[in-house]
Amino acid sequence: MPAAYKFFAEFAQTWGLLYFVGVFLIVLVYALAPSRKERFDAAARMPLQED
Amino acid sequence: MAQTATTPKGMTFGEAGSALAFAALGFLSIIIAAKAYTPEYAFHAYLFAAASVASVFVIVNRYYERPAALPPLTINGKPNYNMGPVKFATIASIVWGIAGFTIGLLIALQLAFPSLNFDTSWLSFGRMRPLHTSAVIFAFGGNVLIASSFYVVQRTCRARMVGDIAPWFVVLGYNFFIVIAGTGYLLGITQGKEYAEPEWYADLFLTIVWVTYFLVFLGTVMRRKESHIYVANWFYLAFILTIAVLHLGNNATIPVSIFSPKSYIVWSGVQDALVQWWYGHNAVGFFLTAGFLAIMYYFIPKRAERPVYSYRLSIIHFWSLIFMYIWAGPHHLHYTALPDWAQTLGMVFSVMLWMPSWGGMINGLMTLSGAWDKLRTDPVLRLMVVSVAFYGMATFEGPLMSVKAVNSLSHYTDWTIGHVHAGALGWVAYISFGCVYCLVPWLWNKKELYSMKAVSWHFWISTLGIVLYISSMWVAGILQGLMWRAYTSLGFLEYSFIETVEAMHPFYIIRALGGAFFVAGSLIMAWNVWKTITSAEAAVEEAHPAQPVLVAAE
Repeated sequence: MPAAYKFFAEFAQTWGLLYFVGVFLIVLVYALAPSRKERFDAAARMPLQED
Repeated sequence: MAQTATTPKGMTFGEAGSALAFAALGFLSIIIAAKAYTPEYAFHAYLFAAASVASVFVIVNRYYERPAALPPLTINGKPNYNMGPVKFATIASIVWGIAGFTIGLLIALQLAFPSLNFDTSWLSFGRMRPLHTSAVIFAFGGNVLIASSFYVVQRTCRARMVGDIAPWFVVLGYNFFIVIAGTGYLLGITQGKEYAEPEWYADLFLTIVWVTYFLVFLGTVMRRKESHIYVANWFYLAFILTIAVLHLGNNATIPVSIFSPKSYIVWSGVQDALVQWWYGHNAVGFFLTAGFLAIMYYFIPKRAERPVYSYRLSIIHFWSLIFMYIWAGPHHLHYTALPDWAQTLGMVFSVMLWMPSWGGMINGLMTLSGAWDKLRTDPVLRLMVVSVAFYGMATFEGPLMSVKAVNSLSHYTDWTIGHVHAGALGWVAYISFGCVYCLVPWLWNKKELYSMKAVSWHFWISTLGIVLYISSMWVAGILQGLMWRAYTSLGFLEYSFIETVEAMHPFYIIRALGGAFFVAGSLIMAWNVWKTITSAEAAVEEAHPAQPVLVAAE
């Protein structure tokens, strides 16, 4: 049991951390890429559109 | 594609299936009622039986009343929105809100004047307190979230909600769960987990309702006519999905018997405590924050008639909030048996949460850029903007209180109560009031609310109430914390516990006064909503014909 605990704790504290940082960087690239500017500007107006 | 009037009439799978399922549930409930170990549990079983029989009757009756074809998805190229369940949940939220605030006022008065429990177990603080928290969070807040999510997902996806019986099952089933939970507390049925008091059978029923909610919401998103999924729907989806996971994890219980309301949790000791606060704090993060942020991202731009300030920030806001909130729970267990590293982890993530919280607050407030003058003229927008300001204040205070050194002073004191109410009254209730004030004229096709002046009165009375509430609790909490840790020169505790209780008395009276103001404000809202529905001027065509409508040629 202590060995399993150590394994999972170490995994979470290294690879788990790197995984989350990596995913977050992908989110940043997705959100900030200049190519999506127009799309996001249109999305920002979505509540204002009427049927 | 669309069914025509010539289609032969037949029961849909949903109608037949749900009628059969309710018949089976009714039968099972009657057996349980007959063999129940306690009369309280038998009462709940009878409630289930009555509701099941009523459901079968309503479903079959509705089938005979309705035309052969189900309502079309579109009429003249426009989406044929399903707003019936939204209307029900909106009204339910107002009713539950008034009930929940009033019970809150009662227990505030009980703390100042304990004899107000009238020596009955029914009205004792221990039963009234969960009744208050569940009524305001799950009954009031939950109905606002269900109503607004069903409204927003249809409008931003330009599609009729999925399902015929399912949306009604979500709304009515959820409210039935509230009745079971609330009457359970009054009768003394509880599993003693904060914000998760309902016992196993109520939890099971809620699971079915919640999964249906998830499927209806997701199905509507998948039916969307827009390629992009609007950010509010992301927040709603995170709220629904995470609450499902939290609910299952924290209610992993084994009942003593199917005939007993009592169950035991599979987690033990400190693991149970951690799971409880993983649940508890993420109920704050995903129910009281993510869900209401979805309201912010739809209703503030809509009401201010301005686009979201920064859509990119909203995406980063969403993902960073989701990533960080889930780790913050251990800050409820500082200086306990929980391992030290887990406490520190909870603290660090709570402090980091400050960034997405304030990013979101700035995004909400700056959406008004170019429309700040509307704050002066539109009290509904004012309610929502002040709510975002309270969100900023509460999410500044929260990380501060999660720091261990601060927590050693603040924990178990009324400072926590003040903090929670800055968030609950200032943020959650105000954004909900704003949402209800927007929704009612839109849903009942009215030009405007019956009285804007009444909204203004509601705003000022309840703001005064909140200020009285949170400032008295700050003073009470810090005083309490300092008195608890005061030592004499000989190393003895300077105050006995009862002396700290006595010192709280004036602050408890001020708090109750604040609560009374808040209840008064909600009564004004109920009157205004009632008058709007029954007598306000009807809108000409659409509630908001702001832009010319382009109908695609077919």
